[in-house]
Amino acid sequence: MYYTALKMLTGDRSKYIGIVMGLTFASFIMTQQPAIFVGIMARTFSFITDLSQPDIWVMDPKVQFIDDTKPIQDTELYRVRGVEGVEWAVPLYKGLLKARLENGNFQTCNVIGLDDATLIGGPAVMIAGKLEDLRRSDSVIVDLDGAASKLAKRLPGGKVIPLKVGDTLELNDKRATVVGIARTSRTFQSQPVIYTTYSRATSFAPRERKLLSFILVKAKEGADRQELTKRITKITGLTAYTSDEFKSVTIGYYLKYTGIPINFGMSVLLGFIIGAATAGQTFYNFTLDNLRQFGVLKAMGTTNGQLLKMILLQALMVGSVGYGLGVGAASLFGYLLRDSVLAFKFPWQLLVLSGTGVTVICIFSALISIRKVMKLEPAIVFKG
Amino acid sequence: MSNQTEPAVNVGNAATNAAELAVKCSGVAKGYGVDDSKIMALRGVDLEVNKGELFMLVGPSGCGKTTLISVIAGILDQDAGSCRVYEHDLLHMAGHEKVRYRARNIGFVFQAYNLLPALTAAENAAMPLIINGVKRKEAVKRASEILAEVGIGDRTNALPAQLSGGQQQRVAIARALVHNPRLIVCDEPTSALDHETGARVMELLKRVALDHQRTLVIVTHDARIFSFADRIARMDDGRIEQVVNSPAQLEH
Ligand SMILES: Nc1ncnc2c1ncn2[C@@H]1O[C@H](COP(=O)(O)OP(=O)(O)OP(=O)(O)O)[C@@H](O)[C@H]1O
Ligand SMILES: [Mg+2]
Repeated sequence: MYYTALKMLTGDRSKYIGIVMGLTFASFIMTQQPAIFVGIMARTFSFITDLSQPDIWVMDPKVQFIDDTKPIQDTELYRVRGVEGVEWAVPLYKGLLKARLENGNFQTCNVIGLDDATLIGGPAVMIAGKLEDLRRSDSVIVDLDGAASKLAKRLPGGKVIPLKVGDTLELNDKRATVVGIARTSRTFQSQPVIYTTYSRATSFAPRERKLLSFILVKAKEGADRQELTKRITKITGLTAYTSDEFKSVTIGYYLKYTGIPINFGMSVLLGFIIGAATAGQTFYNFTLDNLRQFGVLKAMGTTNGQLLKMILLQALMVGSVGYGLGVGAASLFGYLLRDSVLAFKFPWQLLVLSGTGVTVICIFSALISIRKVMKLEPAIVFKG
Repeated sequence: MSNQTEPAVNVGNAATNAAELAVKCSGVAKGYGVDDSKIMALRGVDLEVNKGELFMLVGPSGCGKTTLISVIAGILDQDAGSCRVYEHDLLHMAGHEKVRYRARNIGFVFQAYNLLPALTAAENAAMPLIINGVKRKEAVKRASEILAEVGIGDRTNALPAQLSGGQQQRVAIARALVHNPRLIVCDEPTSALDHETGARVMELLKRVALDHQRTLVIVTHDARIFSFADRIARMDDGRIEQVVNSPAQLEH
């Protein structure tokens, strides 16, 4: 009977392809859109991910996410260093500064100031130059994407010459020399990233009473990080998060205060509805077209239970083929665009999500068809 | 042989011994629709068909022939009256019992062939065995043997669309036979075929399908095949008007 069911299904090529395409589309949308969403969400905290050395981030209690810097006083660093269980603590400056390019244009940049002594928090991958070159005067390291686009030189002919080692920029009227190019993970902010030392960054920045953005802390071996964050908060009155906590706080902010989840949620829902509608409709049409065949099987003594299993199998078949193609297409999409600006992350949970979606669509399609076939009068077989 | 002079509706030589009967219907009534719009398709049909007989049902369009064989084949429930087919009492049969009854006992031949277009001739003919739980491979093997018997042993792997009407009807006959049912019902088996092909199909049915264990009830309009019948019942307006032994005795 199962063989017959599959033969019936694939026997009508064009209809079979139609149903499978509907389900492929639905699976694709339900996988690809969330993958982009997850990719974008991961970008919101990629700066924290890149900074793998510290265990704990200390900051002003009003900070809501990684790019929301609220400076604290430099002296807080020493208080944190004094907390029991702290192996080391270093300052980190993170702020938006205007860079003046050679052609006179201004470009806002995300300036990161690293601890002068240790350079902790520097980029992991250097394309040109060395991180230690930051110890030279006026030196900065620029990220690859920024160097190639927003900070690049544009000649009158439209030709773009990337910023390279040895070039200079002005940050708040102060001269900066590029000593290295680094690869960084894309962040949610599209500005170029400029690395320099903490003291130089604060000299670039406008004079203010407070300039310290974050204190990066390494816990002593064996020290409980949760306990340590609590202790730091208790002693300093500042907020302290473990890296993972800070990531969730950041993602939580974006989920709560931006339209991003809703927009993606809508596309996923739309993909699901369109997929359900087209697949359901085509599958139901397929059943209607084959109603006479089901009637013949019924007249010849096929039980309703057997017919039900046949239809479920047919739905399962189109569902799994459509799902495979859809997920495959989504993976291919992500793979082909892996080097582009597109955010795309494909954790296994997404397979479960789209798989569940397709299963629901198939069960729904099968149910309306099953209802029709169950109620079918076998006596129709004698009608011309 | 003939007792056509008798005034009773049920003439012809129906066996008097109930054990010799394949079908026995009394007062079978069946209507379609409800209340005012109800159409009475059968208005009290009394019918006896002997075992091993080729029995034809004839009559004008709309007189209830298809409805009657649908009741006998167990794909339609009568409203009133009793109907026995061999030892099966259709009146007191539950829905699932009727499904089983059809699977085991009935072979179907339709005017429109009704083969599954995606299956080969052998797979189509094997269907009743598969429905009865025989393994596919074994079922197809047996179906191929029957296809050879009905004269299309060389087309077992052809799809219905690749066969002529006469060949398709042979596949349908093989399908009606393959599970060795005791009653085969045919609704207009020859009307879609030209005369010569129709006559060959009837010869085939009579030669291969009929034996003393198996009974054929054939509904037809086609006067040219009347001569194949052992007995003919003429229906009109939901009743059996006349049962005769030869076409010459029919009143219309
Ligand atoms: N499903 C149905 N719903 C309503 N009326 C029906 C239905 N099937 C048959 N009828 C009516 O019942 C009567 C008998 O129909 P049936 O199909 O048994 O006739 P028939 O003798 O087989 O006719 P034909 O020679 O045209 O096939 C007709 O009046 C027909 O219109
Ligand atoms: Mg009819």
